[in-house]
Amino acid sequence: MTVPAIELKGISKSFGPVQANKNISISVAPGTIHGIIGENGAGKSTLMSILYGFYKADAGEIWINGEKTEIPDSQAAIAAGIGMVFQHFKLVENFTVLENIVLGAEDGGLLAPSLAKARKELEDLEEEYELFVDPDKRIDEIGVGMQQRVEILKALYRKAEILILDEPTGVLTPAEADQLFRILHRLKEEGKTIILITHKLREIMEATDTVSVMRRGEMTATVKTSETSPEQLAELMVGRKVLLRVDKAPAKPGKPILEIENLRVTDEAGVERVKGIDLTVRAGEIVGIAGVAGNGQSELLEVLGGMRPATGSIRLNGESLPLSGPGADGQARRARHIAHVPEDRQREGLIMEFHAWENVAFGYHRDPAYQRGIFMDNAALRADTERKIEKFDVRPADAWLAAKNFSGGNQQKIVVAREIERNPDLLLVGQPTRGVDIGAIEFIHKQIVALRDQGKAILLVSVELEEIFSLSDRIAVMFDGHIMGERLPHETDERELGLLMAGVAGEAA
Amino acid sequence: MDKMPKWADVVLIPLISLILAAILSALVILGIGEDPVAAVKLMVSGALGSTYGWGYTLYYATNFVFTGLAVAVAFHARLFNIGGEGQAMLGGLGVAMVCLYVPWPHWSIALLAAMAAAMVFGAAWAAIPAYLQAKRGSHIVITTIMFNFIAAAFLNYMLVNVMRPEGSMDPATERFPEAVHLPTLHELLAPIGISFSKAAPANVSFLVAILACFVVWALIWRTRLGYEIRAYGHSETGALYAGISPVRITIVTMLISGALAGLMAINNVMGEAERLVLNSTEGAGFIGIAVALMGRSHPFGVFLAALLFGFLYQGGAELALWTSIPRELIVVIQALVILFTGALDNMVRMPLEKLFLSLRKGSA
Repeated sequence: MTVPAIELKGISKSFGPVQANKNISISVAPGTIHGIIGENGAGKSTLMSILYGFYKADAGEIWINGEKTEIPDSQAAIAAGIGMVFQHFKLVENFTVLENIVLGAEDGGLLAPSLAKARKELEDLEEEYELFVDPDKRIDEIGVGMQQRVEILKALYRKAEILILDEPTGVLTPAEADQLFRILHRLKEEGKTIILITHKLREIMEATDTVSVMRRGEMTATVKTSETSPEQLAELMVGRKVLLRVDKAPAKPGKPILEIENLRVTDEAGVERVKGIDLTVRAGEIVGIAGVAGNGQSELLEVLGGMRPATGSIRLNGESLPLSGPGADGQARRARHIAHVPEDRQREGLIMEFHAWENVAFGYHRDPAYQRGIFMDNAALRADTERKIEKFDVRPADAWLAAKNFSGGNQQKIVVAREIERNPDLLLVGQPTRGVDIGAIEFIHKQIVALRDQGKAILLVSVELEEIFSLSDRIAVMFDGHIMGERLPHETDERELGLLMAGVAGEAA
Repeated sequence: MDKMPKWADVVLIPLISLILAAILSALVILGIGEDPVAAVKLMVSGALGSTYGWGYTLYYATNFVFTGLAVAVAFHARLFNIGGEGQAMLGGLGVAMVCLYVPWPHWSIALLAAMAAAMVFGAAWAAIPAYLQAKRGSHIVITTIMFNFIAAAFLNYMLVNVMRPEGSMDPATERFPEAVHLPTLHELLAPIGISFSKAAPANVSFLVAILACFVVWALIWRTRLGYEIRAYGHSETGALYAGISPVRITIVTMLISGALAGLMAINNVMGEAERLVLNSTEGAGFIGIAVALMGRSHPFGVFLAALLFGFLYQGGAELALWTSIPRELIVVIQALVILFTGALDNMVRMPLEKLFLSLRKGSA
């Protein structure tokens, strides 16, 4: 039996009353890829932060290569051969690749010798792991996939033998993700140990040798990937059986509700983000917009939701919608029966410091039903909130709790309840399940489909292809402000959409 | 989960900050060779030991309630109005014009008119920085503080060149007519058999200040405008999403804030001086910032904090009068209170939060 590269024994950590990790033990064999999967808040990130020296465990031991190791800070983690690639890269944008790699690991006060030495070593590393990047390009000149390679190279340059990747594919196109997994396999072949943290079942199945499942701070199972299935993993994550695909009848599209023609959006910096798109959404259908984040989808939603001006023409129920000026704000949109579940519920959809009952009025606070003379009718509002909390199973069912004290899934339920219960003609939905646990995803998807079945139009924007596939009746792919093509979900596959998302024109794909 | 109970945030932190400020002040007094215990006794007896002392304490507190509320309202929209000083000066100008140039039959009508004028002038002075912030993005902190200087210079000009009575060398208006004299607490309380010092300046404006606290509370927590102000203050992108116009909220909030600061003039100009003099505000606009910080931007907290600063002002004046503790030291004590309650809030907050977390863990 080989000595495990990493062994955690009985790790526990709590933050106040919240126990983030409960008596967790894992053992990862050297030269393998080990997945850690779990819902948001299951304690994955806490566990890895302990391993990387950001937090100190309340109890438990860390053994590396058969030796008990104390990791009080990240320097100690690096010294123990642990490298971490964060979800949000820690790179200096206006430094070159080479400078970023050396940063924090310079030898002595003069930079030139360090850089020369690093250049040589970098070449060797690139050779060895087939991780090619141009060392003299600035970080802001290279793509996200390349930036991630720089992060990996940074860790390898610091002699990492154990590499931890936290949600590495969140910002990548499917093709870039595939490349990443090829790199990980290559690293594995060279004897590195890799821990992959993700909430995506597909990646676990594709890339890992063994997988540990976490739920509510506990390690519920560790299994060989080849001996499990996505369904079983999902059940282990949530603690009950879940439907991974939404059960829905075929759409019966009616008359056009939303008609967009030649829409153009220029942002505050003067950059054109949406470059003349045409799109129609009909009653009783869900149109999904796929694309890598930052290709104009967010701006499209914001224009429709009254959050930014645009040019072109949008008609709702056949009547034109103002695209700038005071008649184009969020209030005007709501008056036209457009409801909006925004992409960022914490910064847009909710006021985190407000009570749940104040948030249930957010955006609709001018509704006459919530007024009593010159004052707001808080009693009516609270009654309305109780009703919505019950109907949407928001937990805890406490109208007085501040939004920030709900979990991500329950925050999203509050937003979805508020918007769907308005019975809108058009529902805009941005990233409806980002940071939402699987149980709540199922519920939110069902609500969206139910609204569709009532004959309402729904425009969905999501960077999760799985979500696009399972919800949409029609898929439009956006790249660089253009719609690259529209597809029906049963007539396309991830590969084709991936090409469209990467800007390869529809016909060539 | 909140890090600690609300009462700790609202009561305990200001209290501990205050105690720390008091300890440091005591050390400073010791350092210059005076007796801190005697000094505290003198402050308490001077500010609270007689109706005369109370009359001054409440008079100062009235000023601070108005300027504190002004800052607090702006805080709710995450606007830092440090122009209370200038807005209160302009409010004084409005009050003076109303009282001097219109013959009033009775003080009550005059008071209503003076309130209106004070609010309009204060709001007008806040309107320009508000517009610049909302439309041009000029930072409100910079513009409001600059407007304090402009207000002082403008008032100087008005008093020296326009409103000074002929033949007078004093840059001040003439005395307001007797008809607009506001009843002092002595005059208000005498009919119901309570004797209150005749000499103290506290007047009917104190009641207006209490009323203002209730109005501001209702505005912020019970009206739609208050809802929008708070929403905007917590999240600008959230406001945009909800269709709450940032321009409108910025301007309206600053108008309300300026109006409240201006309203202070019914106390110091109409109630006490009964004429407009240079520097009539005596820094109350700045004290308002500390009052709002310490009062957690809540009208009730502002009221309590205003009382505290009223006490410090009056007690400090007594101290300077009766001991060899110099006038400047009073400023030091007040500054320490401001420093601890306002700026060093987190210094007390962090260890307290840790304490409460570990207490909760122990009981869990």
